[in-house]
Amino acid sequence: MLSSKVSSGSHGEDSSYFLGWQEYEKNPFHETLNPNGIVQMGLAENQLSFDLIEAWLEEHPEVLGLKKNEESVFRRLALFQDYHGMPDFKNALAKFMAKIRGNKMKFDTSKMVLTAGSTSANETVMFCLADPGDAFLIPAPYYPGFDRDLKWRTGVEIVPIRCVSSNGYKITEVALEEAYERAHKLKLNVRGVLITNPSNPLGTSTTREELDLLLTFTSSKNIHMVSDEIYSGTVFYSPEFTSILEVAKDKNMDLDKKIHVVYSLSKDLGLPGFRVGLIYSDNEEVVSAATKMSSFGLISSQTQHLLANLLSDEIFTTNYLEKNRKRLRERRDRLVMGLKKAGIGCLKSNAGLFCWVDLRHLLNSNTFESEHSLWKKIVCEVGINISPGSSCHCDEPGWFRVCFANMSDQALDVAMERVKFFVEPIAMSTYGGNQKRTMWDSRRRSLINKWVSKLSSGNYESER
Amino acid sequence: MDLFSRKATCNSHGQDSSYFLGWEEYEKNPYDVIKNPHGIIQMGLAENQLCFDLLESWLAQNPDAACFKRDGQSIFRELALFQDYHGLSSFKNALANFMSENRGNRVSFDSNNLVLTAGATSANETLMFCLADPGDAFLLPTPYYPGFDRDLKWRTGVEIIPIQCSSTNGFRITKLALEEAYEQAKKLNLNVKGVLITNPSNPLGTTTTRTEFSILLDFISRNKYMHLVSDEIYSGTVFNSSEFISVMEILKNKQLENTDVFNRVHIVYSLSKDLGLPGFRVGAIYSNDKDVISAATKMSSFGLVSSQTQYLLSSLLSDKKFSKNYLRENQKRLKNRQRKLVSGLAAMGIRSLKSNAGLFCWVDMRHLLISKTFEAEKHLWKEIVYDVKLNISPGSSCHCEEPGWFRVCFANMSEDTLKLALKRLKKFVDDGNSKRRYHISESQRLKGSTKKTMTTVSNWVFRLSFHDREAEER
Repeated sequence: MLSSKVSSGSHGEDSSYFLGWQEYEKNPFHETLNPNGIVQMGLAENQLSFDLIEAWLEEHPEVLGLKKNEESVFRRLALFQDYHGMPDFKNALAKFMAKIRGNKMKFDTSKMVLTAGSTSANETVMFCLADPGDAFLIPAPYYPGFDRDLKWRTGVEIVPIRCVSSNGYKITEVALEEAYERAHKLKLNVRGVLITNPSNPLGTSTTREELDLLLTFTSSKNIHMVSDEIYSGTVFYSPEFTSILEVAKDKNMDLDKKIHVVYSLSKDLGLPGFRVGLIYSDNEEVVSAATKMSSFGLISSQTQHLLANLLSDEIFTTNYLEKNRKRLRERRDRLVMGLKKAGIGCLKSNAGLFCWVDLRHLLNSNTFESEHSLWKKIVCEVGINISPGSSCHCDEPGWFRVCFANMSDQALDVAMERVKFFVEPIAMSTYGGNQKRTMWDSRRRSLINKWVSKLSSGNYESER
Repeated sequence: MDLFSRKATCNSHGQDSSYFLGWEEYEKNPYDVIKNPHGIIQMGLAENQLCFDLLESWLAQNPDAACFKRDGQSIFRELALFQDYHGLSSFKNALANFMSENRGNRVSFDSNNLVLTAGATSANETLMFCLADPGDAFLLPTPYYPGFDRDLKWRTGVEIIPIQCSSTNGFRITKLALEEAYEQAKKLNLNVKGVLITNPSNPLGTTTTRTEFSILLDFISRNKYMHLVSDEIYSGTVFNSSEFISVMEILKNKQLENTDVFNRVHIVYSLSKDLGLPGFRVGAIYSNDKDVISAATKMSSFGLVSSQTQYLLSSLLSDKKFSKNYLRENQKRLKNRQRKLVSGLAAMGIRSLKSNAGLFCWVDMRHLLISKTFEAEKHLWKEIVYDVKLNISPGSSCHCEEPGWFRVCFANMSEDTLKLALKRLKKFVDDGNSKRRYHISESQRLKGSTKKTMTTVSNWVFRLSFHDREAEER
């Protein structure tokens, strides 16, 4: 009676990524009201710099009051539904995006399409570039939401590019070709590659070499390159953020018309509720089609007006980007240190709102069942919601995404204490005289020994 | 290999129609009382600009709503982070109540059955994604809103089959027309998933009658897999509340609430027309089917309403004193403005379909056509855009099957501008009349037949009282 999109359950929302949230909703941590509740570390939100925006709002009351030079702008805004977007807002966004990239490039507002969040932008890009049954290659692990955003209503398939921990999850030529072949074996027509740079869930910015490799690959196959750069403003350690557009320009590919960027203010500015996303493309046909499609998800003019004013303030944006980066860096270091104290390491990261944490040594067995059972323990017994790697399509069991920017320092410390407390008995039994050793205990012990030595070596050190 | 999807390269976005081309001409040469007094007057845009003063005064008295404050406390962070696709519950409650008020509280709406979307454009597309697969079809009475060709069909792959309505019976949906449309779909091997109506109608400006509802509900009762979608975005523009019958009210009156038909009727709503806020992107789907609500809620991720806007409007609509007064005043002003247009047109011999709602009139200019063809209609439309300098929407862009009808909007300009528009049109008609009278008298002389002159106003179309309407509905 209803469409197949409804009955097939292909919205992807039954994955554990969403189930963890549900558990949290039932029993959320609160410093004073519910100190034993579940600490939410599965939500990639940036709550660290609201005070900066609030201060700006205090200083500019006329903006929220819908006034400009004492005149009401209410009517103009109420009627403004032009899918080309508010010019002031697009200009401000162009400047902001350029600033994030160290002003090494300029953005042309005529190549910009505004959408209600990057969720809408990503789906729209798929509708423009691919037909049902076509495929996009995406490096795994990737953001679980893509299974819904890119595939559900578009009918497009995702074929993962397998990235592994042994080389720090770098994208390799072999992996790209392998994914391409796999797609062909599945009789899928590959239309492009989509990356998230900086990566969610890894928290690493894509290197210049990888970007160069990707463009060489997409160019040779005559397919599209989509770069989701929604975390570009969260890079807090070197290497500096390099946009695909920069590398394209260096390779003289910038007029290829097959390179597209997605952006949003949900992560950098911490404003997911305002639904601000965009597509940036050199390709006039894509811009034209995407602009018309944006009718299905326009940004509220009230919101465009507010943010046009906020982002036009250069003093504010410079200060914000700098402070935001610093706070993210400090918070991430706090998480990494806390985990280190519990004998847990993570992938060396330089961006994002989360760390990619290695809990392989805590698994019963090197399986996803074991990962799932560890995850459940962490949610229900330890009281922390984190995202298991399997929900991000990671090939290897035991990795988890742990967010750090959506809570207070205190909540983070509580979470770290709980983790330490959870892991300690394992460490104790390693060094204590407990004769009752199970197979599991000895396996854990050997992994922890290896782990402890690894912590002092190159891979995980320079946390600064 | 093609570089883009078929959706991007094909023209099924429907935006090459004259509906949009007229706008383009207007954009090049827009009327402005001071800066461009000879420019094109926009009468092709169904916007409601008549009650902004009421909204502005409410905003001035309630500054917290737009300033992220609740009881003097900042809730900026809460709103900045709020992206729950279930929507802000205070807003949904206020919206559900507002929708009830719009229907004279004859029906009530459960906010749990509401899904918020970025405008009715998003709501309509989302419903299609939920109810139909590519290649399925929905039946729509003609004439219909040109935007449906994009909104319902483009990315969904759903087809529209018109239910041909004609001026001979005031464009009412008949059982015959409905069945013909169904047969037509079958001939084209299309699986019909239901009917979509706009009530009140765009472009007609009329409310759906009980008779029409009976026909429609009977149709979907007999066909167990069919849905009825009622786009009620103009519900607050009915000049007299008691005349608007929502599909929900019909279901209640017919005691269909515990039948499966109840789950196959869905409503689309928006604040773009009633409140005149198209820029804020506020739409909603209302359904009693839990699966539809569940799927549509997830799909709304692709077009959520800004939390900043949800909060502002939850405050506005929760103010019952405001909403009652607004609805009443809005209806009054729209009714007055419609009368001015209708009487102005009547004075130059142009009739309009008797309407009781909407932001436009469905105007009969068949007598001004050179011939009874769509080419003639297009020719007339171009004359009106370029020579008379009025942008109005030709019936063909609304899939009307008879040439010569035009949708003329009246709520998106000042009264003076409307007067000017009527003055320009009168001059055009008078000039044309003298030319036509010459031709007619020539042909009369030749053929010896009589023909009505353009200046006769036919009584069956134009009436200001609504007593006759009530009689025909019972």
